[in-house]
Formats: sequence, structure tokens, C-alpha cells
Amino acid sequence: MILIEIISWIFIIAGALLGIAGGIGIHRFPDFYSRLHAAGITDTMCAAAFLIGLGMQTGVSIASLKLALIFIFLFFSNPTATHALADAAHLGGLKPELDENNSEHNFDRHTD
Amino acid sequence: MIFTVATFAILVTISLALARAFMGPTVYDRILAVNMVGTKTVLLIAVFAVLSERTDMIDIALTYALINFIGVVAVLKFVEQGNFFTSGEDEQSK
Repeated sequence: MILIEIISWIFIIAGALLGIAGGIGIHRFPDFYSRLHAAGITDTMCAAAFLIGLGMQTGVSIASLKLALIFIFLFFSNPTATHALADAAHLGGLKPELDENNSEHNFDRHTD
Repeated sequence: MIFTVATFAILVTISLALARAFMGPTVYDRILAVNMVGTKTVLLIAVFAVLSERTDMIDIALTYALINFIGVVAVLKFVEQGNFFTSGEDEQSK
């Protein structure tokens, strides 16, 4: 039992650290697409780690089933929302910040 | 104890994301931050439900996760098209 407690604490602390890293990331990165990268990855993994840790705390019950449902839904909907956000920004004409060497690369939609 | 740490970390993340939502130079930055706040709110409700041993409240977190996704997609559709009544495929094929 104490082993399960320790593993769930590790999961919850990992989720907390990932969440704070994502919060710092959306302030430190320079443009929208890199902020999207920071927020999208950490959001999904933070939610996954938190929900696994909480599910270990509750044990096998209806509560952990509901936590598993939230986990499954967030695991699919969060990357979908990130993709929709990047697609909408791209369609809306927001250009990524590039350095000089890559600036001739064509980022128009449907070019290939 | 561990739940207090988790709640505090989630609240710090929510305040950082809210700062980005107020500062954000483009509208997409704001939507990104609001999406992050919504996800963290789901986690906050789930942590608080397990912390206070009222596990019925996890239902609220589940509903919030569903509404958050639909809300973000609806706001994106609104920003992209300017309205809710045209379908996106018709606009792109013109």
C-alpha cells in the first residue's frame, strides 16, 4: 500500500512540475507557434500524470473509472484542440518567426 | 499534504496562463491560454474532489472537460469565419 502511495506522489509531483513548466513556457517562448508547442505538450502530459496519480489514490472504484474517462477524453481532445489552434492561426495568416537562414521557406497553405 | 502541493502548483499555472491571456499579442495566444486554464481547472476540480473525499465532484470535472473542448473549437470557428452559421468547407472551396 505504501508503495502505491509513493508512486502516486511521484506522478502528482511530475504533473505539477510539468504544469508549472508549461506556464513558464508560454511566457518565455518568442512567438505563437513555439508557445503552442510548450503549452500543448505539457498540458497533455500534466493532465495524464495528475489523473494517473489521483486514480492510484482512489483505488479501484467508480471514482477511478471516472478519472479514467477524463484521462481518455483529455488524451484525445487536447492534441486535437492544439492542432485546431495551429491550423486556425495558419489559416488566419499568422507567420512563424524564423531566423535568416530559413526565411525563404514557403509556409503558404496547400503548396505541395 | 501532497494535494496541497498539487493544488498550489495548479493555481500557479492558472495564474501564469491568465497573465498570458491578458497580455497575449494575438487572439490565438489568448485562446491558447484559455484552453490551458480550462484543462487546469479540470485537474483542480479532480484534485479537490479526491482531497475532500467527495468523489461525486469528479462528474463536474468530466463535464468541464467536455465543455472546454467544445468551447475552444467554437471560439476558433468564430475567429476563423467571423460567424457561426457558414460551414468551413464552403468557404475554403471558393
